[in-house]
Amino acid sequence: MANKVWTIVAKDLRSEFRSKESINAAVSFALVMLVIFNFAFDPTAEETHTLSGGLLWIIFVFAGTLVLNRSFARELPNDCLDALIAAPIPGFQLFLGKAIAGFILVLGVELISLPVFGIFYDIDLIAPFWRLFLVMALGTWALTVIGTTFSALTVNVRLREIMLPMLIYPVLMPALIAAITMSGSILDGGTFSGNNLIWLKLLSGFSVIYTALAVGLIDIVLVG
Amino acid sequence: MEAIAVKGVWKYFGDYPALREIDLTLAPGSCLALIGRNGAGKTTLLRILAGFSKPAKGSILLNGHDPRSLEARRLIGVLGHGISVYDELSAIENLSLYEKLYGLPTGTANRWLERVSLDKVRTGLVREFSRGMRQRLAIARAFLHDPTVLILDEPFTSLDDRAIALLQSILREARERGASVVMSTHQLREALELASEVALLQRGKLAFSGIRTAEMVEDPAWLYNTYGE
Repeated sequence: MANKVWTIVAKDLRSEFRSKESINAAVSFALVMLVIFNFAFDPTAEETHTLSGGLLWIIFVFAGTLVLNRSFARELPNDCLDALIAAPIPGFQLFLGKAIAGFILVLGVELISLPVFGIFYDIDLIAPFWRLFLVMALGTWALTVIGTTFSALTVNVRLREIMLPMLIYPVLMPALIAAITMSGSILDGGTFSGNNLIWLKLLSGFSVIYTALAVGLIDIVLVG
Repeated sequence: MEAIAVKGVWKYFGDYPALREIDLTLAPGSCLALIGRNGAGKTTLLRILAGFSKPAKGSILLNGHDPRSLEARRLIGVLGHGISVYDELSAIENLSLYEKLYGLPTGTANRWLERVSLDKVRTGLVREFSRGMRQRLAIARAFLHDPTVLILDEPFTSLDDRAIALLQSILREARERGASVVMSTHQLREALELASEVALLQRGKLAFSGIRTAEMVEDPAWLYNTYGE
């Protein structure tokens, strides 16, 4: 099983790094957003630091959607999706391969934009890095699972670039609230205790439930 | 056991019945030419046979397996309208991808690249290939795993002469080793020469299904004139 999943991961990453279609767009978008936010909110103000978790995740989610839009759309030229569906790879393995590839790409975009965010907002990212990284990884996996599922669902929709965010964001809301709240608290020196622990459990549970749902439903999404 | 058994298949697009009560069987080693005008339902039927979509009613078995089962997918080779290879990958990367997905022995991809005369450009990106080279790579991709049920949707359309000769020779070999072929086509003469059986689809219904006869080959329009509307 793992072999076929990694074959899909390697294929998607190789395709993306050759074409750089979504990674360039997502990184540019994230950096431009950071610059705009830098002018919109006073980086030295205390309130801005309180908002930092929200600002960070707005950038991550919007930039991540640009990457995930291409997850199944990448298979459209030359009808490549047909050949994948015809191959003896179970739908859930195809899904996991695409989700892991998407996760690596989105997390990569986040890790590129994170130091820029730290510099613009004068926030120490070194001390809370690993706690923040755990939240980023969990939140990104939740985003990726939902994004990849809806990317499969909207692959043949003409306005999928518009449809995908409209479908992803409402479903993602509980995970997003958990990630924003925890990130803000961690950047303010918080740890995984008290309310943060509850949010962490919620985010983990959300990721597990939606991964299980996506894995179970992907064949119906792909073939009907 | 029949290679392909289609029983009472219906398919709707909205309220429109694209396929109506289709019954077909194909013995192992047979070649069925699926003919019909544009919009008759040929591609819809082939997509259901390949497991790309599900029928609204009826059942399909490929060598006794559901088309969506992993067993059936190991048997099926599909050549559709698209070439189903990635432009950003090289020829060898494309075939190696399917070599791994089908669990084929290492070296199968290289052997097929030699077979379709692309071994000299094995590391070249597909986006830099000519149309003919891309078509030959698509043929190698479809036949890489020696499928025993071949589903071909207008396989000769827009192929150059070299690709047509290659596809004909690979098809001949496949039939010699007992593979069954279903192909839709508008090129009646070429198809009828290859086919052992013929099915005529008209507005989603099977107007004729049976053994290909000599008069069909002599006059490809005979079938339309006799059974068509």
